[in-house]
Amino acid sequence: MATDLETRPGIDDSGVQLEAATLREMYWQMLRARRTDERAWVLHRQGKIAFHISGIGHEAIQVGAAFALRPGYDYALPYYRDLAFNLAWGYTPHDFMLALFGREGEPTSGARQMPSHWGTRSLNIISQSSPVATQVPQAAGVALAIKLRGEDRVAYTSLGEGSTSQGDFYEGMNWAGVHKLPLICVVENNIYAISVPVHLQMAVPNVADRAPMFGVEGVIVDGNDVLACYRVVKEAAERARSGGGATLIEAKTYRPTPHSSDDDDRTYRPREEVEQWKKRDPLARFQAYLLEAGILDEQAIADYEARAREEIDRAQAAAEAAPFPPPEAALGDVFAPVDETLRAEE
Amino acid sequence: MLSEKHNEKEAEGAVRELTYAEALREAMRQAMEKDDSIFLIGEDIGVYGGAFGVTAGLVDEFGPERVRDTPISEAAIAGSCIGAALTGMRPIGEIQFMDFITLSMEQLVLQAAKLRFMFGGKAKVPFVLRTPGGSGTGAAAQHSETLENWFVHVPGLKVVMPSNAYDAKGLLLSAIYDDNPVIFVEHKLLYKTKAHVPEEMYQIPLSQSHVAREGRDLTVVATSVMVQRALQAAEQLSEEGIEIEVVDPRTLSPLDDRPIIESVIKTGKALVVHEAPTTGGYGGEIVARIAASEAFDYLDAPIRRLAGLDIPIPYNRTLEYHTVPQVENIVEEARKLVRGEY
Ligand SMILES: Cc1ncc(C[n+]2csc(CCOP(=O)(O)OP(=O)(O)O)c2C)c(N)n1
Ligand SMILES: [Mg+2]
Repeated sequence: MATDLETRPGIDDSGVQLEAATLREMYWQMLRARRTDERAWVLHRQGKIAFHISGIGHEAIQVGAAFALRPGYDYALPYYRDLAFNLAWGYTPHDFMLALFGREGEPTSGARQMPSHWGTRSLNIISQSSPVATQVPQAAGVALAIKLRGEDRVAYTSLGEGSTSQGDFYEGMNWAGVHKLPLICVVENNIYAISVPVHLQMAVPNVADRAPMFGVEGVIVDGNDVLACYRVVKEAAERARSGGGATLIEAKTYRPTPHSSDDDDRTYRPREEVEQWKKRDPLARFQAYLLEAGILDEQAIADYEARAREEIDRAQAAAEAAPFPPPEAALGDVFAPVDETLRAEE
Repeated sequence: MLSEKHNEKEAEGAVRELTYAEALREAMRQAMEKDDSIFLIGEDIGVYGGAFGVTAGLVDEFGPERVRDTPISEAAIAGSCIGAALTGMRPIGEIQFMDFITLSMEQLVLQAAKLRFMFGGKAKVPFVLRTPGGSGTGAAAQHSETLENWFVHVPGLKVVMPSNAYDAKGLLLSAIYDDNPVIFVEHKLLYKTKAHVPEEMYQIPLSQSHVAREGRDLTVVATSVMVQRALQAAEQLSEEGIEIEVVDPRTLSPLDDRPIIESVIKTGKALVVHEAPTTGGYGGEIVARIAASEAFDYLDAPIRRLAGLDIPIPYNRTLEYHTVPQVENIVEEARKLVRGEY
C-alpha cells in the first residue's frame, strides 16, 4: 500500500510516496534514537558515564537522510550529533552503550575514541573526528574515489552550521563542485554552535546560500519534518548518481538539550526560545501525523515504546557487564603492519 | 617584581589564593584595564566564558567588542591576531583545545614566526595565543594533545607553559607585554589548582627557568602538570631519604638552560618528565642541552626521559591513565636512577 502524503493534512507537502510499513519504520528509528539518547542523559546524571553529546531534536533530518540512502553501500561521514542517523543505518544501541561506558569490545575503536564518533567499517561509516568539519574534504575524497572507480555509490556527510566556518568546509565543497562529485553535504542548522548564535557565525541568512559559490545545488529544508528531509536527500542522491554532482542541504532545526553534558545552555539562550522549539519536536510531529493518517495507533506506539525500552535495557546491561579494556589495549593500531603482498619488485 | 618564593606563606595575615584559571583571568583583566589595544578573540569566550571558564565575566566588563566570540575558524583566529598585531594592537587569542591549533599552523609557523625577520626587523607581531593542552579529562585523542614541541621547533615563536597559578599570572602578563608571538600552553588539569597569587600586576620574565624544589640526589626537569606530579613524587621520595630537585623551565623557547645545567652539576643525575609522547618530545632538547654542557662531566648515570607513550590518547580512563606519566611512575624512575639501576 502506498500512502500519498500529499493528500494528508497537517505535516507535509512533499509528495513523498512511501509504504505504510516504511513510514512506521521511520517512526520506530526516530523513537529508538530518542529513547537511547534520553537514556544516555540519565546515565550521565547517575554518574555512570562521563560524557554525552545529544542528537535529540535532530532525528527528522537524520532518519530522513538514512532512509533516502543505501546503508552499508553508500558511504556515510556523519557528525557527533547523528545518533539517529547511525542507528537507522545499522549501528546499534549496544554499540553506543559500549562507547558510552568505554568498555572492551566497543566496535568502533575498542573504547579508544570518544562516544558518538561512530566509525563502523562493516557499515561504511567513516569515523567522525573531534575537530569539526574535517569530514567534508574527506567526504569529497570518498566521492572522488567513487567516481574514479565508476561506482554508483554516494558519499554522505553532515555537520553543524557553526562548523561551516572552517576552511575545511569551503575547500571540501569547492572540490565537490569543481570535480562534480557524488556528494551530499547536510548542514544541521540548530542556530547555535555551543554558545555562539548563528549570526556571529555567518553574515548570510542561510548556509545553503553559499551553494552557488561552490557550483553545487543548494537546498533548504524544514529539518524537523522527516518526510521533507527524506525527499530532499533522495533527490540529492539521484542527482549524485546520475552525474549531476553534489548537493548542499541545509536542514533548519534546533537542539533542545545543552550542547553536551559539559554545558549549561541557560547562560546563552532564553528558555522561551527552547520552549517554542520544543513545540515543533520532530518526533511528536511525525507521531501526530501518523496517528491522524491511521498509520499508527496508540497500541502500536505502546508496543514500539516497550520494544525500545527492552532493547536499550539489554544494551545497557550488556555494556555495564562488559570489562574495561586492559591497559595494553591502548598500544596497538598506531601503524598498519607491512602488507607482504604490496611490493615494488616482483 | 615580586619575590618568586611564592610557595613560602607570607608572614603577615591570610594569603590570597586564586585558581590557575582565575589568575589568568586577572592578568587579562588588569592588562585590558590599562591598555585599550589589548582585546580577546576566541570561540565561546563571551557569555559562555570559555570552554574552561577562563574568560568568565570579562565580556560583562569589557563588552563584546573587546571580548569577541568568533566563528569556529582557528586559522582566522591566528591570522587575525597577526594582522591586528602588525598594525599596533595586542590581541590575545584563545584556541578552545590545543588539538585545534593544528588548524592555525600555517599562520603561526610560516607567518607569525617569520614576519619580523621577513620585514627586516621593522615589524613586530605582539600577540598571545592561549590554549589548553593535556590529557586526564577523558576526552580522547583529539581533545588531549600536548603539542608544545611543534612550536619549540619554530624560531620566532615563544612557547610558555605555566605549571601553577602564581606563574600563570606572571607569565601571562609577560607574554602580553612581549613584542613577539607567544604560544601560551595551559593545562586543563591545572585550571582548578590554587596557589598564592598577589593582587597587584607582576611579571615573571620569559626565558627564566625556575627551581621549584631543591634537592641533592637527582634533577627532575618537568613541564606543566608534570611539575606538580614531580613535586608530589618528591614528597614521597623524601620520606625514603631521596631528595630530588625539580626544575621548571616555564618558558620552553627560548630556553634558559643555566638552572638546569647547574642543577645537574650538583646532583649528577637527570630525569626529564613531560606529558607529550616521548619520541620527538621536548625531553630530547633538555637531554641534549645537558649532554652538551659541562654538566656532562658530572653525570654518574644516563640521562633518562619519562614521557607519554608513543600512542594517541585513548578515551577509556584506565588506558588514558597509563598513557602519560603519573606520580608513581616518577617515583619509581627516580628511585631507579638514584639507586644506580641504569
Ligand atoms: C576545529 C574545532 N574547533 C572547535 C571545536 C570545539 N567545538 C566542538 S563542537 C563546537 C560547536 C559546533 O557547532 P555546530 O557546528 O553548529 O554543530 P552543533 O554542535 O550545533 O550541532 C565547537 C566549537 C572543535 N570540535 N573543532
Ligand atoms: Mg549548531
